[in-house]
Amino acid sequence: QDNRVSIWSAGDLGNAALNGEYHGEPHLLCDIEHNGDVMDMQFLDQERIVVASSTGAVTIFRHHQNNQTLSANHQWEKAHYHVDQDTSCGGAACTGVVCNNPEIVTVGEDGRINLFRADQKDAVRTIDNADSSTLHAVTFLRTTEILTVNSIGQLKIWDLRQQRNEPSQIFSLAGDRVPLHCVDRHPNQQHIVATGGQDGMLSIWDIRQGAMPVSLLNAHEAEMWEVHFHPSDPDHLFTCSEDGSLWHWDTSTNVSEKPSFFHQGGRSTAYLSHSTINQSVVSAWLSNDPTKDRMEITNLIPNQTLSVNSLDVLGPCLVYGTDAEAIYVNRQLFA
Amino acid sequence: TAGPLLLRLLDWVRLHVCDVDSMVREVLSSETPSKHKLFWNVVDVFVLQGRMDEARHLLSKEASANPTSMNMYKILDDLMKKMPVPSLGNTQTLTELELKWQHWHEECQRYLQDGTFASNPHMESICKILLGDEDAILEKKELMTTWYHFLVTRLLYSHPTVKPMELQFYAQSSMDLFLGGESSPEPLDMILMAAFEFEMHQVIKECSIVLSNWWFVAHLTDLLDHCKLLQSHNLYFGSNMREFLLLEYASGLFSHHSLWQLGVDYFDHCPEYGRVYLELHIERIPLSTEQKALKVLRICEQRQMHEQVRSVCKIMAMKALRNNRLGSALSWSIRAKDAAFATLISDRFLKDYCERGCFSDLDLIDNLGPSMLLSDRLTFLGKYREFHRLYGEKRFPEAARLLLTLMTAHIAPCSFWMTLLTDALPLLEQKEVIFSAEQTYELMRCLEDLTAGNPEKQKFQDDDVETTKVEMLRLALARNLARVIIKEGTVEGS
Repeated sequence: QDNRVSIWSAGDLGNAALNGEYHGEPHLLCDIEHNGDVMDMQFLDQERIVVASSTGAVTIFRHHQNNQTLSANHQWEKAHYHVDQDTSCGGAACTGVVCNNPEIVTVGEDGRINLFRADQKDAVRTIDNADSSTLHAVTFLRTTEILTVNSIGQLKIWDLRQQRNEPSQIFSLAGDRVPLHCVDRHPNQQHIVATGGQDGMLSIWDIRQGAMPVSLLNAHEAEMWEVHFHPSDPDHLFTCSEDGSLWHWDTSTNVSEKPSFFHQGGRSTAYLSHSTINQSVVSAWLSNDPTKDRMEITNLIPNQTLSVNSLDVLGPCLVYGTDAEAIYVNRQLFA
Repeated sequence: TAGPLLLRLLDWVRLHVCDVDSMVREVLSSETPSKHKLFWNVVDVFVLQGRMDEARHLLSKEASANPTSMNMYKILDDLMKKMPVPSLGNTQTLTELELKWQHWHEECQRYLQDGTFASNPHMESICKILLGDEDAILEKKELMTTWYHFLVTRLLYSHPTVKPMELQFYAQSSMDLFLGGESSPEPLDMILMAAFEFEMHQVIKECSIVLSNWWFVAHLTDLLDHCKLLQSHNLYFGSNMREFLLLEYASGLFSHHSLWQLGVDYFDHCPEYGRVYLELHIERIPLSTEQKALKVLRICEQRQMHEQVRSVCKIMAMKALRNNRLGSALSWSIRAKDAAFATLISDRFLKDYCERGCFSDLDLIDNLGPSMLLSDRLTFLGKYREFHRLYGEKRFPEAARLLLTLMTAHIAPCSFWMTLLTDALPLLEQKEVIFSAEQTYELMRCLEDLTAGNPEKQKFQDDDVETTKVEMLRLALARNLARVIIKEGTVEGS
């Protein structure tokens, strides 16, 4: 197997202004060998990327922009492992990584949570057996709190300031304990959390209240691998699935009312009037009747074939990768 | 019909013989092409490939550079312009074409014999090629590089109206002439020969032998089958050629760490044996990560391959169990609806509890939810934990009731009754009376059932600890009974 971590240039953004058409194919800038499957990765800062491996290792790669190379900067080789050393390398896959420079949190199939600091050789904190099942994903709730989801359908909040190795809160879906695969938090309203399950269901939680999700939306026909709120326009949510589809969930109010802040890289801070401020604050995501609200859901993939494993979204750009060995870049997301 | 077979052959040659392309580019892009040392080579290439317009264009550069040969050039250019070729639209009949071609051929012959081109060997050679002179054409071997190029050129200049069925005769002689006994035919040559003979099965057979994998053969056969060009006789072991080859190809894909997903689609399109092959192969995919296992499961579930679902889940559950990941193991059992495995996991939990005196993985047991109903043992586990929770919260009457139900409703396995009764002890010893008379009688009955049940068990219970326990229980139960009779018999108040 030849697994690599690669950096691509998706074309000159300057050209896109002309007629909005696609200019040139993404081309490979540099790449580096990676041991094991890449399970997850995230930029730590402008130059460093943290990569989670199926071998249980967590590696920081540095991208040298002057000569376009990648090098391994630091590695925690046995970040995740099984006590009984059952697998061939003794490791347990690291399934999720999230960064808040300089802190890095990782979770894995061993049910372990690690807190690393980029400049320290050993883990700052490790919670062994944090979960008796596999932890599939992790994200920051606040700077000192994280959210994890596991394969028995539980959403847990962990307070890293506390020394005890127990979650501060546990949420789960009523009914069958369908495994949860992904989690993301609303960028502005920290009590709104979205999770995706093995049955393709999207759940929206209000973690201030209740142990149950606010809404359950029947979405994909197979595992939902990733869910992301748009970082600057969180009325938009994106999910991708094993069934080969990528959905764009749009709860923004209809076009005439929408404040036009959508310039490239703009932040959504414009509101029309005082009354709309109140409306926007009570996010459309928490509405009790999702059918009443005008939620537009679009499948962004016209000819779906194999699984869409991962996606990311920033500004007007959307990137996603599939099992068909293809990466797609859409630079006109809201055109 | 004066069909375009020749035109198609010319297209084919132009596409495939590209060794000369760089040379062509070099000459065309030079300052004065006619002075380039490879100039005549390129003209020859164009002529050999029937690219008359390009040849004439290049020749015109030569003509303007050498005015003395203007006359020769004009004649040659004219001949090339007038050459009759089969056309795409049926504007002329076969007979018309043959007639025209005969006249043109004769005209070329005349010019050659008159010595018109005698002073320029290059032009003379071109004229000979136009006449279909085999030796002249063969002189340009290096420019043609292959015998089938030679074949097409030969046909162009001697039998332009060739019909498909006649190809094989020209093919064999072309190959012999070109190779000239110096080299022997290569495998690709044999395949092409079979193709010219329209022996499709031979083509497939040759390809199968020569090529290193089944990709080409499988897809070619599939295409031929869809066009109904392949008389698929059934092979003796039941499936037809197309399916056989697709199965071989797809099986090869399954040994690849990621291409196996494509193999699934191929098996889906094999109506007879596809499913069986898929069932066998999919169970053998190495499940290196949970994510991979989930993808395999999804494929199985979409095709109602229940046995494979159960098998994959069991493998993953066993792995999880060995790694002490009881929650994961349970998750896999739930996915497979595997009650037996859920029982196994519950027994493991209970065993851990008995050994350590406390529960591990409370986050799991406390939150079983409806999955608790998957197996009786699992239900018991959940309820037993609930009992402990109630006790911890000092809700003794509820705890007592639950404990009793666990035994009387036969939710608890017999092996656990002793533990349950021992758990009842602290409740019996409480200052306040918790168990009612009826409940106490029930407990006593349970104890008797337990001890009297199996005479063999009796032997083991000669062990001191066991007998002490039983005695303590009997004493506690009796004391409780006494207290509760008094309590229940006493009139409240007054």
